[in-house]
Amino acid sequence: MLRYSLKRLLSLGVSLLAASAVIFLAIEVVPGDPASYMLGINAQPDTIAALRAELGLNVSAFERYITWVTGMLTGDFGISYTYRTPVVDMIGDRILISLPLAIYALTLSTLIAFPAGILAASKRGSATDVSIMGATQLGVAIPNFWFAMLLVVFFAINLRWFSAGGFPGWDKGFFVSMKALTLPAIALALPQASILARVMRSALIDTMNEDFIRTARAKGLTKRQALWRHALRNAMIPVLTIIGLQFSFLMAGAIIIENVFFLPGLGRLVFQSISQRDLIVVESVVMLLVFAVVVVTFIVDIAYAAVDPRLRGRS
Amino acid sequence: MKHLSIKLAMASALAITAGMASAETKDITIGMQLEPPHLDPTGAAAGAIDSVVYANIFEGLTRFDASGAILPALAESWTISDDGLTYTFSLRAGVKFHDGTSMDSEDVKFSLDRARAEESTNAQKALFTGIDTVEAVDATTVRITLSAPNGAFLFNLAWGDAVIVAPESIDNAKTNPIGTGPFVFTNWVQGDNITITKNADYWGTPAKLDSATFKFISDPVAAFAAVMAEDVDAFPGYPAPENLPQFEADPRFQVLVGSTEGETILAINNKLPPFDDVKVREAVAHAIDRQAIIDGAMFGLGTPIGTHFAPHNPDYVDLTAQSAYDPELSKSLLAEAGYPDGFTTTLKLPPPSYARRGGEIIAAQLREVGINVEISNLEWAQWLEQVFRGYDFGLTIVSHTEPMDIGIYARPDYYFQYDSAVFQALMVGLNAATDADDRTEILQAAQRMIADDYVNGYLFQLASTTVANANIVGLWQNAPTQATDLTAVYWND
Amino acid sequence: MQFVKAALRNRSFMIGASLAAIFIGAALISFLWTPFDVTKLDIPNKLQKPSGLHWFGTDHFGRDIFSMIMVGARTSIAVAVVAVGIGIILGVPLGLAAAARKDSLLDEIIMRTNDLVFAFPALLIAIMITAVFGPSAINAIIAIGIFNIPVFARLTRGAALSLWTRDFVLSARVAGKNATRISFEHILPNILNLLIVQGSIQFSLGILAEAGLSYVGLGAQPPIPSWGRMLAESQTMISFAPHLAIFPGMAIVLTVLGLNLMGDGLRDLLDPRLRRSRT
Repeated sequence: MLRYSLKRLLSLGVSLLAASAVIFLAIEVVPGDPASYMLGINAQPDTIAALRAELGLNVSAFERYITWVTGMLTGDFGISYTYRTPVVDMIGDRILISLPLAIYALTLSTLIAFPAGILAASKRGSATDVSIMGATQLGVAIPNFWFAMLLVVFFAINLRWFSAGGFPGWDKGFFVSMKALTLPAIALALPQASILARVMRSALIDTMNEDFIRTARAKGLTKRQALWRHALRNAMIPVLTIIGLQFSFLMAGAIIIENVFFLPGLGRLVFQSISQRDLIVVESVVMLLVFAVVVVTFIVDIAYAAVDPRLRGRS
Repeated sequence: MKHLSIKLAMASALAITAGMASAETKDITIGMQLEPPHLDPTGAAAGAIDSVVYANIFEGLTRFDASGAILPALAESWTISDDGLTYTFSLRAGVKFHDGTSMDSEDVKFSLDRARAEESTNAQKALFTGIDTVEAVDATTVRITLSAPNGAFLFNLAWGDAVIVAPESIDNAKTNPIGTGPFVFTNWVQGDNITITKNADYWGTPAKLDSATFKFISDPVAAFAAVMAEDVDAFPGYPAPENLPQFEADPRFQVLVGSTEGETILAINNKLPPFDDVKVREAVAHAIDRQAIIDGAMFGLGTPIGTHFAPHNPDYVDLTAQSAYDPELSKSLLAEAGYPDGFTTTLKLPPPSYARRGGEIIAAQLREVGINVEISNLEWAQWLEQVFRGYDFGLTIVSHTEPMDIGIYARPDYYFQYDSAVFQALMVGLNAATDADDRTEILQAAQRMIADDYVNGYLFQLASTTVANANIVGLWQNAPTQATDLTAVYWND
Repeated sequence: MQFVKAALRNRSFMIGASLAAIFIGAALISFLWTPFDVTKLDIPNKLQKPSGLHWFGTDHFGRDIFSMIMVGARTSIAVAVVAVGIGIILGVPLGLAAAARKDSLLDEIIMRTNDLVFAFPALLIAIMITAVFGPSAINAIIAIGIFNIPVFARLTRGAALSLWTRDFVLSARVAGKNATRISFEHILPNILNLLIVQGSIQFSLGILAEAGLSYVGLGAQPPIPSWGRMLAESQTMISFAPHLAIFPGMAIVLTVLGLNLMGDGLRDLLDPRLRRSRT
């Protein structure tokens, strides 16, 4: 177990290093000069040159890469070209919105998906099952930005129950802030819940067909008892993997939703930084998101291996 | 006992809220499309910076008012020498910066010298290059000597890039701007909002508002939702003209439509064949139906222009008939120029909706006469790189919002690359002219020249659209410069 | 023949295939005929509600929405098909190679690169690609295609691994065939069913991805109609012209739904081992 963990840890480190190189190279290739962007259409060439020097854009790419990577290891992500503030502060502010939003959406998603998936699996083949499966098919097919548009029109503009977006700030109160995150979380949660419900259902059904369940039934447990006491626990493994993946998706993939609801989160930060050619911010946020995914995968792998010794032999 | 105290608490709560409701509202939330990258209008400035700080936080020697006229600001009065080379400004006494330090001629000298220095990052450095020397004669007198007379000098000093800053606070101006205006910078939540509060020690008439919060909402849909939900009280430069009829019909809101200094043009790369042939450029001009563009892209808002000049300006000449919509004439001109079957070119469009929507409409109109355009929707950074600095385009659409900027046609290396010695001579004459009639004559000749040469396709003057709560008084209807002047704004409720 | 009969009886497949056929059919017909020309603007007739003349109404430039949906189907389907094609053409050989040389350095590199690509936030990379190369349908295809490769590589490797231990493969090895020949002659035909099923799922994901990229302006550019872009343009007008948003949205939902149902049906029909858990 220890050997496996160490092997995976080494693999993780290599992955992160490779990712940082790929990210840096990719972003270096992006054309467009942050200095020109900031100065606008009336600036002279010498003004632009002066600003480039001020921003530190004139050193070699390799030097900038090394500075960036060593900086990240000590928690210093550099200074944003556009805002001239430390990137780590900007990320910190934005995470305070993206992270709670992701958790909120994930919670909603799980609260909807679990009962739906379990119900559908336990009543397999019935009208309930078919209608739940039909609903999830629809949920998976709806683009989340379209759903967000419809939510805003209905709940914010027509009914005025929610504001159409924006974030008042945690200092204005927990419930006020959570209310602002509600429509976005619902928009994000819908397709995720649909996927999760389907995975839950099929994982349960697969498990219910396993030998050990048959043994349990043979020993006298009812179908329902078998489901709750044994099948569910085993079915959780693929379900937890999906939840882990969804969490990383929610952190990064909420870009469009953050734009629709004008939430100052990580996704919108990256979008704006790409348009502004604020390369340092883009590199750092993408790196952070990759880091989050890689770490979550690592944790899931270790958990799997701890639970199921058969898995440790894989490369 | 418990019963009584609850009732008492409720009664007092009611009294307090009733009391609050009857007091006049003193705060305002302003929606803004673009977030400023920082807050120093004199260093690497973007228009969004002026929208927050101009007239509110920073002031210059002179300033614009709502109609575009030049008024004294930090300079109480001035005299100009007969040869037009020396300006002597008399500064107001007792003016203090927000950090308590006093504003005097040393600060004026510092600001102007900094703007025109070799390593200056001022985005409008060209405004200051004509200055030869700046002399602080005494605490309230500044003498500026120009190297050549410049009829627009007082006008230039009113720009946001020419505001007066202090050496004590300039280092942090980008994140903590210290000016002399009626509002003080208070807080900036990156990506969300900026707050400014009333300056109790202001030298002039104090502001009527206690505080103002600028909220950044780039998405037109979000802007609509924010206004409808009353999350913002006013939105100057509201980005989606299609919603204005709805706001007008709603008694909660007022809609202010006015003029801006934004000439929206279809810029043509004058050095790129076949656009180097004036016949081809004329063909492009006649292929365009301005009214269709105004109706389709701007939902009817905007004034057609026939040259690069603002129609509300008294010196404007209406030359729209010279480039009237005439697709048949367009086709025959193309045939004459050697392109009977038309040709293909690129149309690169920056983000604003006047460009994107206008671009689609123009592309369809050009296709009718045989000119096939390949549309590229670019972000500002790409547009600057490819079009503005790289000259890599055939056609583009952009709005030039600086006031009185016909002088850009005298710069042969400006992105549309129009190089006419005659026009350049005209501009030299304009700079030297200080007499109003002389200036009018030259300006009108200039307008005719660039229309005759069909340098660009002149589309329309951008309208200023502001949506606000019906109870707000004092917002600018026109936008003679980029600014959200809150100095005289108040709630009438 | 037996397959066709089974297919006709499978409800999921039939509903799905019918829905998908409507849009694929619309896309094909659009090459020959659309009720109106989508490149002609008719501004005086903008924002008309659905009527006998314009079945789905007109947009803010006066263009007929029904015609735009038909041509937009072309865009979505073309992008999705080519992107999935890239995923299969590049991903399947990688997966086969990795399985053939299990636990070797090649396998390790392929799988780690796979994981790495999976780790990158897809939309972000798509935005960066289009920032570098410019927004267009082709770059949308490349961006979506890149993320299809690891999906097919992983699927192929997993399925191939379980086949390498089977008797018919062992006999081929005894007969002296090398790994490449075995992969293509014996393994590949047996995983085709899985690839078809996964292909239809990736196709529907591709449609959603193209809609998302077009929505943020990074897909096909004007004047080529695209469902995602139609949705983006409709947003400011949704309160007084809802038909602008309803029809493109429904088109996306129904196409994706159709493809998903078809995929489920195909899974039932093609892989008997899975049928147990699907019904």
